[in-house]
Amino acid sequence: MRNERQTDDVALGIRRRVFEHAIRNNGGYLSQACSAAEQLAWLYNEELKLGAPTLPMIPKPFEGVPSQDNPDYHTGAGYNGPATPHHDRLFIAPAHYALVAYATLIEVGRMAPEGLEMFNQDGSSVEMIGAEHSPGMEVHNGTLGIGLSTASGLAYGRRLRGETGRTWVFMSDGEVQEGQTWEAVQACAHHGIDTVLAIMDVNDQQCDGAMSSVMDVGDIRTKFLNFGASCVEIDGHDLSAMRDAVQEPHAGKPLIILARTNPFHSMSILEERFPRLHYVRFKSEDERARFNTSIAADLGVDPVDYGH
Amino acid sequence: MVEMVNRPYAKAFETFAAGNPDILCLSADLTSSCEIDGFRDRHPDQFLSLGMAEQNMMSFAGGLGLAGFRPFIHTFGVFMYRRPYDQLMASIAYPRRKVRLMGFLPGVTTPGGMTHQSIEDISVMRSIPNMTILETGDATEVESICEAADSIDGPVWCRVLRGSVPRLFDTPIKVGDMRELSTGDDILVVTSGICTEEAMRARAAFTKAGLAIRHLHLHTIKPFDAQQLLDHIGSVRHGVVTLENHVTEGGIGSLVAETMADAGVGKKLVRLGLKDTYAHGGSRPYLMRYYGLDALALVRGIEKLMGQEFDISEDDLAVARVDDVHSLVKAEAL
Repeated sequence: MRNERQTDDVALGIRRRVFEHAIRNNGGYLSQACSAAEQLAWLYNEELKLGAPTLPMIPKPFEGVPSQDNPDYHTGAGYNGPATPHHDRLFIAPAHYALVAYATLIEVGRMAPEGLEMFNQDGSSVEMIGAEHSPGMEVHNGTLGIGLSTASGLAYGRRLRGETGRTWVFMSDGEVQEGQTWEAVQACAHHGIDTVLAIMDVNDQQCDGAMSSVMDVGDIRTKFLNFGASCVEIDGHDLSAMRDAVQEPHAGKPLIILARTNPFHSMSILEERFPRLHYVRFKSEDERARFNTSIAADLGVDPVDYGH
Repeated sequence: MVEMVNRPYAKAFETFAAGNPDILCLSADLTSSCEIDGFRDRHPDQFLSLGMAEQNMMSFAGGLGLAGFRPFIHTFGVFMYRRPYDQLMASIAYPRRKVRLMGFLPGVTTPGGMTHQSIEDISVMRSIPNMTILETGDATEVESICEAADSIDGPVWCRVLRGSVPRLFDTPIKVGDMRELSTGDDILVVTSGICTEEAMRARAAFTKAGLAIRHLHLHTIKPFDAQQLLDHIGSVRHGVVTLENHVTEGGIGSLVAETMADAGVGKKLVRLGLKDTYAHGGSRPYLMRYYGLDALALVRGIEKLMGQEFDISEDDLAVARVDDVHSLVKAEAL
């Protein structure tokens, strides 16, 4: 399934949806849309080989957690199409990017816009931190650092079964602080798992602020190379660089694309909130109004009429 | 004399898993210590070494489960839930992956001390939704643990005995059931794992002393058939004593206590096991004596419940098993 729109147009649409949602709800994961819109747009609009969605365009309400007594339970992976052998799989490892990921599903026609209205509403499956049952999710990744390992296991299993589809992970740079990330890379290298591919939003930000102030991680490209991955570093807002990066040979190794990004990209006023960008909640009506006007101008849309 | 079986898991796992492509054997650098070295050598296509990296191993196994495989993870029990608890929850238990967690060296069966002794694992696993818990108490149960675990539609925590293991039973584990080892009507004794052998030793002495013991052995700890236990409790006059190779909080002592409280049973209960303490390193017989997990401890527990002494000494207990401490498969080997 391919979308007919230009990928940069999809990225713009993602930012517009996240912006509108954040203004209406007096806050949200705005910076993640700034940094990651091109990556998710590129994955869904160009790179991933996905089948048609198998779940309803308007997400169903929360239908219970997995248990023996819940035989009809299913994950939200159906928004990415069926788990067929030749199709790709995608994990959103930092599930805190869920709002951006949901906006992406809408922009590429995999979920109805009504889905975003259900975001973080009680009884909804469209959860704030993407859950297994949330649209486009297949596993829980809210605990950071487990996504790459899960993908590695799935990819190893798919290789044993002779499946040709790849297993993609959208990652965040904060995850390299977790030891598990490095355990996963060494396991992929040891077992020659090269059907795992990751694109990492390297925005240098984490919940407490700039990563350099919280726990500096140094030269992560060198680290990935030393742990046995192939690793390419690109401008994470440059779509042609992504297209080139995925061509990097990585036989017997996972491919990690480090997408260096700007956490204020396309929303310059966000810099006022540096270094606390993880979740932006407006501190006053005045701030909300100023952000509304400024970001709307950046994104080429009218300010949101949020009934103030 | 009790028959001793040498490395029953090694043969049982290979017999069960070999040639079944959906079963994978995972190891974290404790391959011979978990008796799967032969399997590794003879069935390399089903074997996966994941190194000393348990956090990755748990999530990796979750990914294998997502791909439709049924991974059997082999390492010491402690290493599968203490450090990688988050991964156990998020990658295995929540999504009900069919991962079989083969936890070796339960409780004080290792001289490795605190870092190697899983003394609270049952407590932890009982509180994890979707988890099934099985514990082996003899060679026959070790021989049947793979089939029992693999019959579960979800994750399974198994306490597995290794090395030289006594054969106490002649029927395999039947998941959900409990073994009725004696049918007395004075006291109900509930045991699991290596403590069952201890209780069997004490039983004969009480019979001589005129106290009839009803003895239950639990290999299935979760799910648990409460009514079956209540029926047994209803069949004895005086009360219940539990004995476990685990802390008394959250293990089978708690399980029995909760079952009695839920049903409003007013009988006495004495819970034996590790009493809110860590253990240290030492031989199994020494540790079982020191921490009150052995036959003599059960005698004292029953005396406490009855409020009388039965004049049973160590000499009255059936002959204790003596491990060949020089054997290559001795329990002490790491």
